[in-house]
Amino acid sequence: MNSLFPTSADFIRFAPEIVLTVVGTLLMLLEPLTGDGKGEKPQLRWLAIAGLALAMAAAIFAYGDPGPAFNGMLLVDGFGTFFSVLVIGTGLLTVFCAQDYLIREKQENGEFYALLLFSIAGQCIMATANELIILFIGLEISSISSYILAGFLREDRRSNESALKYFLLGSFATGFLLYGVAWIYGLTGSTNLATIQATLAAGGVNPRLLALSAALMFVGFAFKVSAAPFQVWAPDVYQGAPSPVSAFLSAGPKAAAFAIFLRVFTTAFGSMADRWAPVFWGSALLTMIVGNFAALRQDNIKRMLAYSSIAHAGYVMVAVTSHSTVGTAAAMFYLASYAFVNVGAFAVVSYVAAKGEKHVGIGDFAGLAARQPLAALVMTIFFTSLIGVPLTAGFFGKFYIFKAALDAGMVWLTVLGLLNSAVAAYYYLRVIVVMYTHEPSVAVNELEPASSGLQFGWVAAAAATLALGIFPSALLEFASRAAILR
Amino acid sequence: MIPMPNLDVLGFLVLATFAVLCGLSVILQKHAVASALSLVGVMGSLAVLYLMLGAEFLAAVQMIVYAGAIMVLFVFVIMLLNSGSERPAKARYFAYLVGIPSLLAFLGVISFFILKELPNTSSVQFGAFTQGGPAPVGRLLFTQYLLPFEVTSLLVLIAIIGAMVLAKKEID
Amino acid sequence: MPESLAQQYFPLLVQILLAVLVAGGMVAAGLLIGKKVKNRVKEMPYECGMTPTGNARERFSVKFYLVGMLFILFDIEAVFLFPWAVVFRELKLFAWFEMVTFVVLILAGFFYIWKKGALDWTQTETSKAHKPPTALDLMLSDELEVAGRR
Repeated sequence: MNSLFPTSADFIRFAPEIVLTVVGTLLMLLEPLTGDGKGEKPQLRWLAIAGLALAMAAAIFAYGDPGPAFNGMLLVDGFGTFFSVLVIGTGLLTVFCAQDYLIREKQENGEFYALLLFSIAGQCIMATANELIILFIGLEISSISSYILAGFLREDRRSNESALKYFLLGSFATGFLLYGVAWIYGLTGSTNLATIQATLAAGGVNPRLLALSAALMFVGFAFKVSAAPFQVWAPDVYQGAPSPVSAFLSAGPKAAAFAIFLRVFTTAFGSMADRWAPVFWGSALLTMIVGNFAALRQDNIKRMLAYSSIAHAGYVMVAVTSHSTVGTAAAMFYLASYAFVNVGAFAVVSYVAAKGEKHVGIGDFAGLAARQPLAALVMTIFFTSLIGVPLTAGFFGKFYIFKAALDAGMVWLTVLGLLNSAVAAYYYLRVIVVMYTHEPSVAVNELEPASSGLQFGWVAAAAATLALGIFPSALLEFASRAAILR
Repeated sequence: MIPMPNLDVLGFLVLATFAVLCGLSVILQKHAVASALSLVGVMGSLAVLYLMLGAEFLAAVQMIVYAGAIMVLFVFVIMLLNSGSERPAKARYFAYLVGIPSLLAFLGVISFFILKELPNTSSVQFGAFTQGGPAPVGRLLFTQYLLPFEVTSLLVLIAIIGAMVLAKKEID
Repeated sequence: MPESLAQQYFPLLVQILLAVLVAGGMVAAGLLIGKKVKNRVKEMPYECGMTPTGNARERFSVKFYLVGMLFILFDIEAVFLFPWAVVFRELKLFAWFEMVTFVVLILAGFFYIWKKGALDWTQTETSKAHKPPTALDLMLSDELEVAGRR
């Protein structure tokens, strides 16, 4: 029994989550002790930033000695570390981009930061989870804090609606996932991904029941990454949630959900890839089409970005469908580039929207370039990256994904994906044109200058987008090495 | 020839039928309190089903947490909303047209697969599995699965913050 | 000592049957031998013999809900203590540290709700809004301001 007791190596591999939990708890405890604060608590903001930075350092340090932890519950490898660092980085960017919004709505408090850190802790667990039970608990930690964050503006009906829809549909999807997990346990006698993989590779498991359980788990995961036909929640949730929360939801939890999606379907279900690939093929195509064509008709920019986020999940699904190391690496690169872009874009949206999120129409962005050139410039960088213009991260992201798809022989999916990207260019360009050529709108004329923290967030996200677009090789090489999942 | 059901199978059938009937009653009752009471029936029969499978600890937890604590919360919420009798909702033919067939199809597919693929599964046998008491569960939970156990406390903590954050509007 | 689970749980079955019999018997007996009087007074909700005032279906404060919610959460914590107590002798100090970690995190949550005032029922909205500041309050706020300036 002694061998089951944790060693120091276990704790080092779990260090990022420990740091996030401890700092999150501190933030929660300090919240009632720091008084009213009039909706502004910079000391807690800096504590959250310090905690996230420390957690990132811990995640990188843990990678120095990769391996399993806590009886095979976690597996710290390149893939897990990549996603841990990615979600922590997304969290850092979110804190910088959220501060103006929170202060404006008098909602900057310890609970927001505590929930954010707890959510990220759950996503780090998801990134390194190598066992279905801990994977499920990590997913629940991430999801439940996300539901609460979506409803964080208690007085705002849109925010309440967003949280309620997210919660009800999310719990429903979680039920499917759990049912699939129960079946897998019944069929293979294990919840450990490596053991499941070995059992399935050895054969003898009833193929139809296995397909049933894989299908149930697919439903759960597809919901979490907002892949069609399980994407209907995304527009309402992203539209109603506070903008910084929408930014975070479309980047952090989505990346972590793709991490478990990729890990489960390439390791545990890797041996039956030829059977799940057609389903993924259809889902990827449907997701791209639904996202892009619905985004064309949106006048609310948050809703447009929500549909765009669905479309981008479709591109990543193309990479997952290709079921190869190249495809996994492409998905990793894409999610990284997409996370920074999307947090940045939502940060500009929350800035223009002003108090109470009044100005969220695309027309409200008219003439932004004339009044707030920096905001317009970074928004242009983000949207060109979302289109996939060269010199931005989005270009290489799409390039690697479609290359992986072609390598896997999926010519039709590649062609249809490229056509979809062309459609997508229209609705992004529309916003850029409005920002640069139209007369300034009332909303834009009333804008106060952005705080230095928000400007830092914008510039950091834009710089990351350009850096990945000009020098993609360093990150891609790491991703290619890390993408070999066992 | 239909095999004669033994006592265990008979017990299972009675409880399962009771659970399903209570479940239907939950969604068909017009009054919210009646639904809540039906839910107690579901929870109770599930607890006995767990017990029949040998999951003694789980059965006790089911009674304490679900039939006890969660039902208390449900009744609180019903009183909080003071909804009384449910107004007959506007007939959503689309929901009925799509929802009921998909539910039946889902159940049909699952039962078809189970019956076809696992025809000779041994039936319920009360007392066959004895590792479901608190001691075996504790031994596993505090050694092999200690990480999920510890991480669960974080989940509870999030729920505490969530309850405060989302209910605070009315308190202040 | 009972040998199988069936023997072990047989008394429970007997007790449940007895409970159903007694409860059902009482209701049945009441129906069979009780007098059936039906008038307006008899139909009234019983309120310690006084005439009921107002509607029985009053809206409850959200505080009940919050307390119910917190009760579940601490109930879940207590549930984990059962298997822990059973295996405590086997795992010794290790189990102690495990449970301390678990309980400390949850107690942190308890501290948080306490300080947030979720358990403070005496402070109603009116008393908070209309209570005139006392001399002590004013002195304290002055002192705090001075301290803040320093």
